[in-house]
Amino acid sequence: MTTRIEQRFAALKDEGRAALVTFVMSGDPDYETSMAIIKALPQAGADVIELGMPFTDPMADGPSIQAAGVRALKGGQTLKKTLAMVRDFRKGEASTPIVLMGYFNPIYIYGVDKFLVDAKEAGVDGLIVVDLPPEEDEELCLPALKAGLNFIRLATPTTDDKRLPAVLNNTSGFVYYVSITGITGSAAPDAAKVSAAVGRIKKHTRLPVAVGFGVKNADSARAIAAGADGVVVGSALIDALNKTLDGNGKGGAATVKAVADLVADIAKGVRAAAKVAAE
Amino acid sequence: MTVQQQLNSFRTGPDERGHFGIYGGRFVAETLMPLILDLEKAYNQAKADPAFKKEMDSYLSHYVGRPSPLYFAERLTQKFGGAKIYFKREDLNHTGAHKVNNVTGQIMLAKRMGKTRIIAETGAGMHGVATATLCAKFGLPCIVYMGAVDVERQQPNVLRMKMLGAEVRAVTSGSATLKDAMNEALRDWVTNVSDTFYCIGTVAGPHPYPAMVRDFQCIIGNETREQMQQAEGRLPDSLVACIGGGSNAMGLFHPFLDDRSVEIYGVEAAGHGIPSGQHAASVSGGRPGVLHGNRTYLLMDDDGQIIEAHSISAGLDYPGIGPEHAWLNDMGRVKFLSATDEEAVAAFQLCSQLEGIIPALEPAHALARVFDLAPKLPKDHLMVVNLSGRGDKDLASVQAWLEARKK
Repeated sequence: MTTRIEQRFAALKDEGRAALVTFVMSGDPDYETSMAIIKALPQAGADVIELGMPFTDPMADGPSIQAAGVRALKGGQTLKKTLAMVRDFRKGEASTPIVLMGYFNPIYIYGVDKFLVDAKEAGVDGLIVVDLPPEEDEELCLPALKAGLNFIRLATPTTDDKRLPAVLNNTSGFVYYVSITGITGSAAPDAAKVSAAVGRIKKHTRLPVAVGFGVKNADSARAIAAGADGVVVGSALIDALNKTLDGNGKGGAATVKAVADLVADIAKGVRAAAKVAAE
Repeated sequence: MTVQQQLNSFRTGPDERGHFGIYGGRFVAETLMPLILDLEKAYNQAKADPAFKKEMDSYLSHYVGRPSPLYFAERLTQKFGGAKIYFKREDLNHTGAHKVNNVTGQIMLAKRMGKTRIIAETGAGMHGVATATLCAKFGLPCIVYMGAVDVERQQPNVLRMKMLGAEVRAVTSGSATLKDAMNEALRDWVTNVSDTFYCIGTVAGPHPYPAMVRDFQCIIGNETREQMQQAEGRLPDSLVACIGGGSNAMGLFHPFLDDRSVEIYGVEAAGHGIPSGQHAASVSGGRPGVLHGNRTYLLMDDDGQIIEAHSISAGLDYPGIGPEHAWLNDMGRVKFLSATDEEAVAAFQLCSQLEGIIPALEPAHALARVFDLAPKLPKDHLMVVNLSGRGDKDLASVQAWLEARKK
C-alpha cells in the first residue's frame, strides 16, 4: 500500500524537483484562521503539509514555534480539534499529504490506539513525534506503521553512521534531516554541508530526504532544494503569520495572505533549484 | 498477596532501557539520543572504576563536609510525645542542601568525559548554587536556567550563583518556573551538543539520569543506616522526606527499600490544597504521562497539556516526579502524602523555634507530616526525616506569606 506521502515524493521525483514541506501550527492563532491557512497551502505551492499539534512544553522548539503553540492553546486548540481540521481539509483536498508533528504526551493521553484510528480516518498520512527516538518504537511507531501511517523520523548531525541504521529502521514516508543541532528557527544551514549530509543518509536508505531547520526564504530554499528531496519551512511561516496579528493576537484575511504569499515565494525557490540529489 | 511480597528486591531497577515498571525511559529528541547513550556508557565505566569512587569520597568528606550528622530532635520529640524524631542534616553540607552530593558526582563525570561547559536547571536555586560551586572549584563555565518567577522569589541564591561566577538565565516561557527552566536547558543542550554537559538536579529526565542521580544521593541513606545503628543499635522504623522531583527522598529511601520493616513516606507539595487544583502533588493529583524524557506521574489536563504546578516552595514547584518514585508508589512500597503551603510554613516556624534549625521550605513539607505522624506512634518508634536543606533562602518568602495572611 502506498501512502499519499510516498505518491507525492514519487511524482515530484519524476518532475525532477524537490518537495516543499510547510509547517504550520494547528489552531494558530485561532481555529478559523488556521483552517483557512491550511486550505490555502496547496494552492500556494506546498507539496506536503506538516501540521503542528500544540504542546505546553515543546522542548526542541525555538521561540517562534513555542509562541505559536501558546497562541493555539490559548485559543482552545486540542488534539481532537486538530484531527477535526484534517477531516475538514480532506473534504476538498485528496492528494496533498498531511503529517502531524508534535510531542508524545497529548497522543499518549488521547490513547495511542484510539488516536491512530481517528487520525487515519481523518485523513492523516504520517506522524513526526519529536520525543520518540527509535529506543521507544513500541510506544507509537510500530502501532502507527501497522495502522498504515508513515512514521517519519528526524536524523540530525549527531546521528552518526553507526546510529543511522537504527534511526532509519521503521522510518517511512521520508526522512526529515534536521540540518543543524539546535532548536527550530535557528541560524541558516550551510547548503554544501547539508548536501553532503543528505548523501550520507542516502547511503543507508532509499527514502526521500527532506531538510529542515533554518530555511527562511526563496534563496535558502533554493540552495537546500538543490541537494535534497524536500525542503521544510516552518518558523519563517510562523514569523510571517505573527507579524499580521493585532494587539490582541487576533488574525484575519491578511494573516492567511501573508503565509500563502511567503509559501508561494519559497515554492518558486524550490522549483528553481537544479535537481542534483537524484540517486 | 501484595506486589511487595512477590518482589525479591526493590533495588534492581531500572532495566537496561531505563524503565522502572512502565515509568522512566528515554523520550528525547534524536539530537540528544547519542549524548545520553554516551553519558550512560561513561557513567557505567566510572561506576566500575575504584579511582572514581575514591576521588568522589575524598571531595565528599573534605569539600562537602560529609558525613552529615543524624541529629536527635529532642524538643520536637517531646512536644509531640510519640516517635523519636531524628533529622538527617543535609542542610549542613557545603552549599546548604543535599544537591551537592549529586553535583559532585556529575561534575567529576563531566571532567572524565572531557566536557568543558556545564548547564543546569534550578528551581529553589539550591541545585544551581551547588552546580555553580563545583564549576567554580573546577574552573568550568556554568550556565544556570531558572524560571523568572523563581529568580524573583529566591534572590539570595541568584546572588550566590552570580558571586560564584555562574551565568543565571531567567526563563520567561511557559509558567516561568522549574519545568520551563528544564525545557530551556534541554534546548541549550540540543544546540551545544559537543562540549556541554547537562547537570540535572533531580531523579528525573531521560535514562540514565534518574538512576545516576539516585546513586549519587544514596550516600544519604547509607550514612543514615550506619548512624542509626550507632545511635540506637537498630534500623529506623520510618523515613519521611519531601518530594518535588524527589532526589533527597530517593537518596534516603533507596538503601532501605528492601528492609520491609521500614515504613517510607514521601510528602508532596499540596499548595493551596489538592482540591483547589493549585498544587504540585503529581502522585496525589496527577496521572502517568510523558515529559522531560521520562514517563511518570504528571499534572495535566484532558488534552495532555501540562498544568502549571503551584507551591510556596520553589524547589517542589514542578508538575512531575522522578519515575522510580512513580513506580514505588504503584508498588505500594512508598506511601505518598502531601502538605499545604500553610502547613509547611507552620512547620518551618515550629522547627526554627524549637530546634534552632531553620529548615528550607521543601523539608518543612516533610516536617508538617512528621508532626501529625509522630504523636500517633509509640515512644520507641524511630523516625528519620530528611532535613534536605537550610531555610535562609526562604526567609523573605515566608515573611511575605505571613504578612499577606494578616491582611
